[in-house]
Amino acid sequence: MTYADHRADHHSGPQTRDSWLEPDDRAQFDLVVNDQPVHVRAPARCTLADALRQQGLIGTRLGCEQGSCGACTVLLDGQPIRSCLTLAVQAEGCTLETVEQAPPSRELHALRRAFHQHGALQCGFCTSGFLMLAVGLLRDEPDATPERVREVLSANLCRCTGGVPILRAVLAAQQELTGGDR
Amino acid sequence: MKPPPFAYCRPASVAEALSLAAEAGEDAKFIAGGQSLMPLLALRMSRPSHLIDINRLPGLADLRQGSDGLHVGALVRHAALERCDRLSGPWRALREAAALIGHYPIRLRGTFGGSTAHADPSAELPVVATAMNATFIARSSQGDREIPASDFFAGPLMTVLEPAELLIGARFPAPAPRTRSVFEEFSPRAGDFAFASTAVTLTTHDDGRVRSARIALGGVGAVPVRAGEAENVLQGEHLTDGAVREAARRAAAGCDPSHDAHAGAAYRRELIATLVERALARLREEP
Repeated sequence: MTYADHRADHHSGPQTRDSWLEPDDRAQFDLVVNDQPVHVRAPARCTLADALRQQGLIGTRLGCEQGSCGACTVLLDGQPIRSCLTLAVQAEGCTLETVEQAPPSRELHALRRAFHQHGALQCGFCTSGFLMLAVGLLRDEPDATPERVREVLSANLCRCTGGVPILRAVLAAQQELTGGDR
Repeated sequence: MKPPPFAYCRPASVAEALSLAAEAGEDAKFIAGGQSLMPLLALRMSRPSHLIDINRLPGLADLRQGSDGLHVGALVRHAALERCDRLSGPWRALREAAALIGHYPIRLRGTFGGSTAHADPSAELPVVATAMNATFIARSSQGDREIPASDFFAGPLMTVLEPAELLIGARFPAPAPRTRSVFEEFSPRAGDFAFASTAVTLTTHDDGRVRSARIALGGVGAVPVRAGEAENVLQGEHLTDGAVREAARRAAAGCDPSHDAHAGAAYRRELIATLVERALARLREEP
């Protein structure tokens, strides 16, 4: 029996690079960011987070740059990932969503309003990461239990709010998105 | 910090990846999900000359159960293991361990092969592979090499893989009837590196007595270790409170944890006793 491998092969891009991109070379490749084609010119060592910010998409924050804080969370082919732990060139041909998405997806729209209403941010540095993490979760698991939401939100750090207002906001957005039947 | 410079390529096949690795030499590394390697690059703890990106290689993300056991491909994501509800009974420890790796975004991208080849002493999957007696499959231009889990881990962040060998997956042998497994760990916060962990697989006779037990411990040595004395003491016994406590005591007494800024050796040993007791209690109480 072969188990369906839920989107493990989510990378749709057919692109390969079968000759070496040298350390000093800049790769040229395309991404789709928030439904817009984006042409990137960056060395192999450039992280996806840096590449996005160099495109002016500075809503994606750089916190720790080592995968601890989650401030740089974006959606890669629909899944929340830490963009500091992905090389930009690894995302070649992929579809990305960031907090700048306009018009926002229905999840992002509901979450933004809920964050506002529930005081789920103070300084705002972590907010875009939390929003994209929650977008990914609520899209993938619309019926996630409060315990599951809490567990997933533990992926990102917030030094201001203590986290509880963020949890409340995400649960409120979830209720709105699922028609209040939870 | 930013990753140091390296050459990069993204081959289309395993064969091509192997020939590129041979060409690049011993300072080359494979990268898949990157959830262990990227932090090492950012911290400049690893400075590979070349990165060979295998993240999109086809055919390595199989999770397949057959008469010879369970095959887990190198590119199976932790989230895929975590969500596979057919990983129950004898395979349950694999699913439980995957659910405890890092955080949700890490699990969506991190891979079975990446975590096991990275061989962090506190990692979950190496402990499960040890308890379940898995065999790792490494491919090179010379063909496939099968490496038992007991020989695979060579030290902290070290395995016996050669530079031009690619881990393509692992085979978990078919369990005897009436075999179940569980995984337990302790970490200070969800998603943190575990201070100590245990994977236990247990096969029982029809009357509930233990036919065989395999208990692997993580976080208490450079590589996962077996708790041989604890395994022996359970043989032929019912899982009474007394037997469970005695096995837990022997598991703790038999390991030799190091201490670091986060947890001392005595504390880790106490954690092992608690975790082994919890694991065995669950094996007794849960179907």
